[in-house]
Amino acid sequence: MSALEEAPVAETRTPLMTLDGVSQVFDTKAGPIRAVDGINLSVNPGEVLCLVGESGSGKTTAARMAAGLARPTSGRVAFDGTDIWSMKRNDFGAFRRSVQYVHQDPYASLNPTRTIQQTITAPLLKHGVVKGSKAAAEKAVELLTKVDLTPAENFLPKYPHQLSGGQRQRVAVARALTLDPKLIIADESTSMLDVSIRISVLAMLGRLRDDLGVGFLFITHDLAIAKYFGWNGKTAVMYLGRIVEFGPTPKIINAPTHPYTRALIDAIPEPDPDLTKTKGRETLRSLEIPSLAHLPGGCSFHPRCPQFEDGLCDGVVPELVEVRSGQSAACHVVARDGAGEVRPDEPVA
Amino acid sequence: MRGGQGKPLLSVRDFKVEYRTGAGATVQAVRGVDLDLYPGESLALVGESGCGKTTFGLGLLRLLPRLGHASGKVMFNRGDGTEIDVLGLDGRDLRHFRWRDAAMVFQGAMNAFNPVLKIRAHMHDTMRAHTKATRQEIEERAGELLRLVRLEPERVMDCYPHELSGGMRQRVLIAMSLLLDPEVLILDEPTTALDILTQRSIVDVLHEVRERLGFSMIFISHDLSLAAELADRVATMYAGRLVETGGVRDLFYRPRHPYTLGLIKAVPPIVGDLPDLESIPGGPPSLAALPKGCTFSPRCKFVTDECKEAEPPLIPITDEEGSAHDVACIHSKDVHLDRSVPNEKLGTAS
Repeated sequence: MSALEEAPVAETRTPLMTLDGVSQVFDTKAGPIRAVDGINLSVNPGEVLCLVGESGSGKTTAARMAAGLARPTSGRVAFDGTDIWSMKRNDFGAFRRSVQYVHQDPYASLNPTRTIQQTITAPLLKHGVVKGSKAAAEKAVELLTKVDLTPAENFLPKYPHQLSGGQRQRVAVARALTLDPKLIIADESTSMLDVSIRISVLAMLGRLRDDLGVGFLFITHDLAIAKYFGWNGKTAVMYLGRIVEFGPTPKIINAPTHPYTRALIDAIPEPDPDLTKTKGRETLRSLEIPSLAHLPGGCSFHPRCPQFEDGLCDGVVPELVEVRSGQSAACHVVARDGAGEVRPDEPVA
Repeated sequence: MRGGQGKPLLSVRDFKVEYRTGAGATVQAVRGVDLDLYPGESLALVGESGCGKTTFGLGLLRLLPRLGHASGKVMFNRGDGTEIDVLGLDGRDLRHFRWRDAAMVFQGAMNAFNPVLKIRAHMHDTMRAHTKATRQEIEERAGELLRLVRLEPERVMDCYPHELSGGMRQRVLIAMSLLLDPEVLILDEPTTALDILTQRSIVDVLHEVRERLGFSMIFISHDLSLAAELADRVATMYAGRLVETGGVRDLFYRPRHPYTLGLIKAVPPIVGDLPDLESIPGGPPSLAALPKGCTFSPRCKFVTDECKEAEPPLIPITDEEGSAHDVACIHSKDVHLDRSVPNEKLGTAS
């Protein structure tokens, strides 16, 4: 069976988290900035949704809205089918506990004056998950074991500065697990780690997904990492606040259709000297990313797009439409010509 | 077999860097490195953070902070046949060596600029400090180099550093480092913290500029894919020493040190199906408390009791495939990369 056939088919159950036409507009001196512009996304229980894009594409703003940390200017964020901003106080609290955030920088996200035990047990006691410090310590040991910090007893009395970056990020994940979340939002959670340990942290997260059925909104600028972690899930590619391509991860990586996704994948060097030197690459028409305050008209990628067509691309904003089964792209040229020929590196289904 | 031709441009022998850490204590961050850089060659120095890569680069240019002390021998071979003992330079000679003979492009381009000076002032200051060039000559030289790194001089010269994007700043820095036509360029993580498309433009610029100007470069990176793309030769550094050096194809297709093998197996490729990836357990050792014998042995899956007796030297090896490179491992014969060919259909992916 080829990888493409393995992609999950559309489920009918209620998605865990839905973003429905969600926008975030920031008012600045330079005028309104549409950081996120009408995106639709959903994450099912135990599923991985990767959000990839360059800095400034709106990934983190989208994640903050999904976590309820920022209120969208327009659109609806729903958890288990309920709009989070019309929830009663208690329900909103339950939502907050069910969705946990793992930040990029484990040096900044852990309190340096607290021991690991204090960091992990604080939410346990505060939210009444366990009663008494003895039970809390036992639960902390259990959680640290889940994130492969063993023997856990040795880590409890330590301070963050005594741990390596990878160990700190594991503590941050253990803390996110204290309240039994249904969704973890991982915002560039492995990008500060050394290559050598990145894979083991990702493997640990993958195990949590499989064993605990936690859904993941996985944000990264690194498509290779999205590929590794989100292979059985879906990937959305963002550019300047909009989703430009969406589909099952293997299709996005191996058979991208949007010129921006193709450019991203082509641009990545491969850990293989012969391959990386012979990889075909199209030249972008411009190197500079347009400012969000002055977005180009029509498709916002048109000033850089190698497939730009005068009159077609600079008129109206392209809609995200299905261009292949399960895969959609927001590109006038692809919508007109179809998803195009199979790329040489694409596995033939 | 060492990649280059003729005499090495830069010849490093038993190079050590010590940092004073207070109360008479010292930590050795670079512990005896031997390395040759040949004219026109591109050498990648790879390894995890904390392996001494940046310290090595700074030490070569005598840019260490005050508490750092470099020893050993660094010989620079000027085109006219004169040999310079870099560690013995001072005053004018040292200033001549820096920028004119060897220049460095730092990581985090923002910190390398003076935030209150325009790019034009940076260019003029640099040129005037090292040459007697006229205003006109400086403008021409700066414009020429900026165009070479695909920037418009008219637009960039009157900007302050904060007005430029990260990728533009990095390209300005590359242009600036080339102002005095150095023979050697040392780049410390030149594309880290940049977006993918910006990173690609820097890589393309480096390819182009090197082809045009023909300098040698040492670039320091934790990104193996970047090394695969930009290097002719690769040196793997671990705990302050080189553990493997060789041609880029030898090293990537036939790594013989368990550490290099581990690094390669930890990088997910983008093309093709999902290969098995592995991480290296644990982290680099503290330089203040190195393990006995081979410093990699606590993390190594090939480890035997013998490994803990003495630190293996970097020695040349040749195998039946005709691959020749230098490895510091007593089990190098057992180390093999079993790599599935990218693009090959693996059937199921899980």
